[in-house]
Amino acid sequence: MTVVELTQSLNIAAPELALAVGSMVLLMIGVFAPKDSANSTVTGLAVALLIGVLGWMVFFDEQGTAFGGAFVQDAFAYFFKILTLVGSIVALVMSVGFAREEKFDRFEFPILIILATLGMMLMISATSLLSLYMALELQSLALYVIAAINRDSARSTEAGLKYFVLGALSSGMMLYGISLVYGFTGHVGFTEIAAALTGQERSVGLLFGLAFLLTGLAFKISAVPFHMWTPDVYEGAPTPVTAFFAAAPKMAAMAMLVRVVTDAFGTVTGDWQQIIIFISIASMALGAVAAIGQNNIKRLMAYSSIGHMGYALVGLAAGTVAGVQGVLVYMAIYLAMTLGTFAFILAMRRKDEGNVESINDLAGYAQNNPLQATVLTILMFSLAGIPPLAGFWGKWYVFLAAVEAGLYPLAIIGVVASVVGAFYYLRIIKIMWFDEPESKFVSAAGELRLVMGLSGIFVVGFIVFGGPIAAYAENAAKALF
Amino acid sequence: MLLTGLGAAFFYLFAFVAIASAVMVISARNPVHSVLYLILTFFNAAALFILTGAEFLGMILLVVYIGAVAVLFLFVVMMLDVDFASMKRGALDYAPIGAMVGIVLASELLIVLGAQFIGVGQPGSVASPTPDPLTRTNTAALGDIIYTDYIFFFQIAGMVLLVAMIGAIVLTLRPTRPGVKRQNMGKQVARKVEDSIDVVDVETGKGL
Repeated sequence: MTVVELTQSLNIAAPELALAVGSMVLLMIGVFAPKDSANSTVTGLAVALLIGVLGWMVFFDEQGTAFGGAFVQDAFAYFFKILTLVGSIVALVMSVGFAREEKFDRFEFPILIILATLGMMLMISATSLLSLYMALELQSLALYVIAAINRDSARSTEAGLKYFVLGALSSGMMLYGISLVYGFTGHVGFTEIAAALTGQERSVGLLFGLAFLLTGLAFKISAVPFHMWTPDVYEGAPTPVTAFFAAAPKMAAMAMLVRVVTDAFGTVTGDWQQIIIFISIASMALGAVAAIGQNNIKRLMAYSSIGHMGYALVGLAAGTVAGVQGVLVYMAIYLAMTLGTFAFILAMRRKDEGNVESINDLAGYAQNNPLQATVLTILMFSLAGIPPLAGFWGKWYVFLAAVEAGLYPLAIIGVVASVVGAFYYLRIIKIMWFDEPESKFVSAAGELRLVMGLSGIFVVGFIVFGGPIAAYAENAAKALF
Repeated sequence: MLLTGLGAAFFYLFAFVAIASAVMVISARNPVHSVLYLILTFFNAAALFILTGAEFLGMILLVVYIGAVAVLFLFVVMMLDVDFASMKRGALDYAPIGAMVGIVLASELLIVLGAQFIGVGQPGSVASPTPDPLTRTNTAALGDIIYTDYIFFFQIAGMVLLVAMIGAIVLTLRPTRPGVKRQNMGKQVARKVEDSIDVVDVETGKGL
């Protein structure tokens, strides 16, 4: 690699570079700032840094491959990186009020969020198995620490430990798969692997490698049967952390999965398609059924996110441009709905009890605060997939792609699962509007109301501005084919 | 290629001392002596590396194994009161299993070497041998690979280590826990001879 190539590479990876350097600068600021204001100072600067990088990505469209083909900045990467950054920014903003109330005042929290975001952006851009694995580890390691950041709470520590042990296991499986793929193709770069797979008879070893690789990736998006960690980690981690887990890392892991199967294994579609179909059906079914018995709203959202990953994978199973476009649109809508719902969960706070997490605590929300209850009702309808809200259009795109690809059974199972899954979203609505009122929540912090409002507008208005988003997603999906 | 002349003499010297000190590591009664023999073994292995032209590996062995790992061993051995004599008592019972592992390893080595002679085909590393150390040192070659070709991965690895460090500090450091003795550099530097040392003239046979 010459100096010119290196300069070009750094230019292409400038947003990542800014995050990496920025995190270290913030670390210094956090160490030397006065103890009582360190968290708020660093959080403010971290949000500013992330917004700056987001603005950079929107206005300077610097595309190309870098670092000898290990890193790519294309339309697909841009789409998912913008989603990831939005997820990180909103989760960080939503943590401010919580940090004030719950003595959650570690300045390392925003820095770890930035480092995790850096890992996610590298994951989205990874075009070699080596950079994919390194980026994944960077992201995962930061997430393990974030899960356990409330170290005086036994549940938070348990969540961190559980996530770490299972995450290490899945990383090990993935690494085994990577080594098999490398051994049977002789390459780690996605384009080289794809070239090595064309026209040549596939060996059983390669299929084993592919299966192990997909196992690791499925763990990261918490798809069934690798979902076991999700409810416990979501419940145990502090709520802003859960909001972050449900949003940004899902974007990055899904982007990585889509890129691996379409880029590196695009020539052997039949081999991974059956695996994706299986985990998609299993996730949809489990997400629909297992959430019914949950009373803790964070656990309920965990099962809900498992189900939503299943729906998104329906689009990937189609393996076409329309299918990948469906995945992109679905993930964008999922992000908006999830962040909005978590703003409500963070606002579930009583003066004497602090934060409450049972769905029965929502009883009488409609009488105590009709406006917010209406927005939450809209979000629940959208999560259930009721037209004309955003959640319906997400499902529309992925199911349509599946039908066009001839995967009728998959689309039918998806529709059935979303009908079953509608039950628990409707139950929350019923508790809010028809149950005997409990005591009021304290009025929500300004930033939470902002997130609620924005996500409500997105969900309702998607029918109007969904077209440009879908067009942008189609452009991004074409970058992979 | 067989070594001849002075090279051969040094090879046999280092190899003999390495094996002899390796035997002493497991047979010395005093664990501190064991660790010192271990250092001697490492040192001779480093010398062997340098003799074959792998000067980078040799130096890394010196810096990492002798400079850090062996010193750590020494500290552990001297600070922990482990009764090594009783641990070693039953060591001979494991001799049959040890011998079996040795035989398996030796036969695998023979198969690898034998495969070359019966012409199964050379592994890639033999097909393209390393360049002559006189024209290109392996420090430069490794540097090119790690810091130029794979700079991206190297930097991400650095970020992973940074996250690990932050994580360890976030999860374990408790600056306000009572009863923990901390280093106060200002206080240490400000100490004076008069405050720290009492010169006492003790009369013979009286004691303090």
